[in-house]
Amino acid sequence: MSLATTPTTAVDSAEPRPRRRGYGRYVLSKVAGAVGSLLFMLVVSFFLFRVLPGDPARTLGRGRFTNPEQIEEFNRTYGLNESLPRQFLTYLQNTFSGDLGISLKYRVPVSDLLLDRMWPTLLLVGTSTILATVIGVWLGIRGAWNRGSTFDKASTGASLTLYSMPEWWLGLLLIAVFAVGWGPIPGIFPTGGLHSTDVDPSSLAGVLDTAWHLTLPVITLTLAYLADYALIMRSSLLDELGEDYLTTARAKGLRDIVVRNRHAVPNALLPTTTVIALSMGFIVSGAITVETVFSIPGLGLLGVEALEVPDYWVLQGTFLVAAAGVILANLAANLLYGILDPRVRT
Amino acid sequence: MPDLLTMRDVSVTYRTEGGDVPAVRGVDLALSRGEIVGLAGESGCGKSTLASTILRLQPPSATVTGQVLFEGEDVLTMSWGDLRALRWAGASMVFQGALHSLNPVRRIGDQIAEPIRVHSPETPDREVEARVGELLEQVGLPPTRARAYPHQLSGGQRQRVMIAMALACRPRLIVADEPTTALDVMVQAQVLDVLSALVHELGVGMLMISHDLSVLADLCDRIVVMYGGRVVETGPAEGVFGGALHPYAGALSAAFPRVGDPRARFAPSGLPGDPPDPAQLPPGCAFAPRCPRAIEECTRAVPELRSFGADRSAACIRVAS
Repeated sequence: MSLATTPTTAVDSAEPRPRRRGYGRYVLSKVAGAVGSLLFMLVVSFFLFRVLPGDPARTLGRGRFTNPEQIEEFNRTYGLNESLPRQFLTYLQNTFSGDLGISLKYRVPVSDLLLDRMWPTLLLVGTSTILATVIGVWLGIRGAWNRGSTFDKASTGASLTLYSMPEWWLGLLLIAVFAVGWGPIPGIFPTGGLHSTDVDPSSLAGVLDTAWHLTLPVITLTLAYLADYALIMRSSLLDELGEDYLTTARAKGLRDIVVRNRHAVPNALLPTTTVIALSMGFIVSGAITVETVFSIPGLGLLGVEALEVPDYWVLQGTFLVAAAGVILANLAANLLYGILDPRVRT
Repeated sequence: MPDLLTMRDVSVTYRTEGGDVPAVRGVDLALSRGEIVGLAGESGCGKSTLASTILRLQPPSATVTGQVLFEGEDVLTMSWGDLRALRWAGASMVFQGALHSLNPVRRIGDQIAEPIRVHSPETPDREVEARVGELLEQVGLPPTRARAYPHQLSGGQRQRVMIAMALACRPRLIVADEPTTALDVMVQAQVLDVLSALVHELGVGMLMISHDLSVLADLCDRIVVMYGGRVVETGPAEGVFGGALHPYAGALSAAFPRVGDPRARFAPSGLPGDPPDPAQLPPGCAFAPRCPRAIEECTRAVPELRSFGADRSAACIRVAS
């Protein structure tokens, strides 16, 4: 509320202030911030993986080229014998020209690899985020508005339980119960993978098959994150309940549901938007573990496999894509915030 | 018989963890069409709680007994549908602290238009917009400000928006709950001018709540003074402010001297002590512990409101009839 209590003498005059300029400036500053973050990530993604222990030439060689000349030859091919600053400059040049390097392990361009592996992750993370947000916000609103009701107690209890569970453990539980089968419950879902081998992925049957494979992973990631959103939405709405503008809205003769949806919820959404944006980073990391548990050939699994080599260019690529995803999600949340709260953009 | 608002034996009790707290104890109040009544008293005397019952806006923890008749119908027992229809269209409110009483994320024009859209949903958009502009002009704001958000306005402008909003559905009664408390003196005078001019011009009845008796004396036809959840004195505004019967009403009017009144310069006055805690009211007259004229008998029984001539009454055994 600090913004609202600052003296408003500057806008006291009667001239109407053009709104678009205010929001345009706000958008520009947020975009500039996002670009800055991306540039910073470029630097981090290079140096972070160079300090990893391990030598690609030895891991990939596995005894095939044991003599020093062959190792030297391998390192020269990939530019690994150059000095670190020199490698960094080459990396920057290549990245800006769209070349992310070649995978040491798969021997294909990293950009092709990333594009190929991006879709499963995007499908998993996107679906889960939307589901978790919608269900979580709905649970939070209903719980807070009828505080202390059976519904509130049940949803808060379930949220706290889910919130304290690591997502990979939840994934393993779901596999054990619904994929392997447990007692009278038959195992009706696959234990992992994205497609069945005998179905064409581009046909209608293939789409349904993919959905069937993704059901458990999506449920896992959704359950793990909706709890967070439900709790934060509940507490932000509870904060609004005592506010005077809700009394005004009631005094105007509005129905209870209108008071809730038109007045209370838009104000309570502000802190929730921030939390959802901040948790995008955690969702991406959650996707890595869930992809590993369910063997989904996405970016997460690609990154985990690359870590073993270490496959520098693949690591840099996945890191960059994940970071860009988080930064873009935050940018989207910031822009949304500017629309939701007029106090932010002036 | 007052035709607009009649409150009979209204009591409000808050249920708290520490037991029941009686905030209002058996208050009678009446208001005729077009009349302006002032409700005075210190913070915590129950005046805002009493006002909230007029639109049944008291919190769920409060129990209300008695009758609140608006144009003959009991607000406390009417159906939710009837109550919603009465709210704002029959009686509207100007709340204190307009910063918090306006929704921070919605344009003020939308907030003024909202009750019009609720109570006459068939009104075409263009008419609603024109009405919002007209209302803003009435309170001295340019119609273009309809697109502003509450935080872009000053405190006085926000309070004037509240007044415009209260007039939106042409109500018969406006309940103004300390409409100028949060404002500085200059803006306070300006807002009061706007409010009283409009109320007189439109012939709206108004219940004006304030702790400032001098403001009420200027604006109101009658004044009701409350202390410890009860009415201690009522009468014509000039009579109560100029010659209070009850010692508390006297202390209250002395605490807010009129500017330029030479008597006030030589007799500055305050009231020692704190207002009573409604959870622990003293036996007998609630004012007795702070009263300069209290005698032992005051602490024995709660004094009844006694009539002193036409339209004048006070609840004090020390006042000679």
